[in-house]
Amino acid sequence: MAVAKILGIETEYGVAGGPDFDPTTSSSIIVNAYAQQGRTRISWDFNDESPGTDARGILGVGSLAPMIETHLANTVLTNGARLYVDHAHPEYSSPECRTPREATVYDQAGEEVMRRALTVANETLPSELTISLYKNNSDGKGNSYGTHENYLVARDVEFSDVVRAMVPHFVSRQVIVGAGKVGAETDVGQAANPDFQLSARSEFFEEVVGLETTLKRPIINTRDEPHSDAERFRRLHVICGDANMSPVATLVKLGSTALLLAALEDDGVGDFPPSPARPVRAIRDYSFDPSLRAAVDDDDGRSRTAWDYQDELWQLAQRYVERHGGAVVAPAEEVAVILQQWREMLDGVRDHPEKVADRVDWVAKRRIVEGFQSRYDLRPRDAKLRAIDLQYHDVRRDKSLALRVGLREIASDEEIRGAVQNAPRSTRAFFRGECVTRFPDDIVSANWDSIVFDVGHGPLQRIPMMDPTRGTAELVGPLFEENLTAVALVASLNG
Amino acid sequence: MTEQERIQKQRTERTREESEDVSVVTKKGEQLKAELDDLLDEIDGVLEENAEEFVRNYVQKGGQ
Repeated sequence: MAVAKILGIETEYGVAGGPDFDPTTSSSIIVNAYAQQGRTRISWDFNDESPGTDARGILGVGSLAPMIETHLANTVLTNGARLYVDHAHPEYSSPECRTPREATVYDQAGEEVMRRALTVANETLPSELTISLYKNNSDGKGNSYGTHENYLVARDVEFSDVVRAMVPHFVSRQVIVGAGKVGAETDVGQAANPDFQLSARSEFFEEVVGLETTLKRPIINTRDEPHSDAERFRRLHVICGDANMSPVATLVKLGSTALLLAALEDDGVGDFPPSPARPVRAIRDYSFDPSLRAAVDDDDGRSRTAWDYQDELWQLAQRYVERHGGAVVAPAEEVAVILQQWREMLDGVRDHPEKVADRVDWVAKRRIVEGFQSRYDLRPRDAKLRAIDLQYHDVRRDKSLALRVGLREIASDEEIRGAVQNAPRSTRAFFRGECVTRFPDDIVSANWDSIVFDVGHGPLQRIPMMDPTRGTAELVGPLFEENLTAVALVASLNG
Repeated sequence: MTEQERIQKQRTERTREESEDVSVVTKKGEQLKAELDDLLDEIDGVLEENAEEFVRNYVQKGGQ
């Protein structure tokens, strides 16, 4: 049976400028700048992290022990998110959210966190060392960094079925949720030599299934680190997506994936279209062809474009909602919006791209790239066009091109500012966020599934939060009304 | 009606609604072009000055 699709996005931001042009130093400055403006100085607790554990049951080797990172800035925010330095990038991991729309708002809150951190950091730096941040996935020179989605999945679904069901979606969804890219930068990409691609990230994928996230990247990542009760849950860690600037694209990326996972849990893998015979080839070939004509064969020799796959998957999701409702993903109204936007974007990219330039990032980006190219009679992939590609993702309001192309909003600035400050009320992130807001001086550390308190006497007290669907405002809100100190809160939880 | 047929019908209806006479389409095309021109002007105003250097200097360490 389908479990609530608790979900969130972690984004590694590209970073430029700073002292000695050292990205690790600049990333630390950014994270510390946000932490030091008095919001939170609580450190992250690595006790339960095991990124080397493999969903296929083989213990992975070669992953760094988490302690190696601890000298770097690492903090928990009052909105329940984690802000830290990962692989020479500042990373914002959103709090656990209950619906795709909520997760989209908290992803946008992450952009605002980075914007504020940047303002504070740059005030302390001489102008020639000004730092800038980009919500994107590559530097155009063959270096990529991730935007990872996470979805709660029932443990009783076989992992091989997750692979079988989700590969078609992960190779084809870029047709509507790709961020777009000028040119190519990997060996295989340069051999294909596209002027413009659907996705920034697709050309970096080399395997179908695997544990790695930095080398030989797999379309399906097997990291089995549920940050919750491992008997009941998996966390599907999706590493093949792009960083979207369009909020509607983020909503549809999350919503479509969550609905398909729910359909898999409730109805099994039988209704899903078969995988392409060569998925790695499919994700790349689809990306290299913005005319959307590229087709790949499945094992039975049937050929499909990315559009064909998305059409079949949309119908599968639609049938699922008719049969079961979509309550495990979102309330009915939100599910209806997700299905409608998914459909409109899909029909739009084929029939009337200009009508979805306000929602589909690659269409919006290509429109200004081609506009510039023709205005100044530039060659494809000219430096000016690459600059547009990069600056589309600039987080600064006065520089961002994404903020100028007329992308449709899904939330007001006020709602996003609220999400910078306050945790979602709908998951255990509420408990974490309230604790960090109310008792910052009594918390030693926190992570996804526990908080450690120092109540001043006796041993440190670890409060476990193994179920992401609990710890909500509804369940624990009254506890914070009744217990005004950390001592009282911990005592009532232990009693 | 099967699901497939129903969707096909919806699409056909949508296409019919959207078919417009040539003069409207031309006018719309001009309007779109004017909007794009304004947008390109605005982008021209904020785009990093030395594109070549800006793009060359943007080098990242790989991440996840």
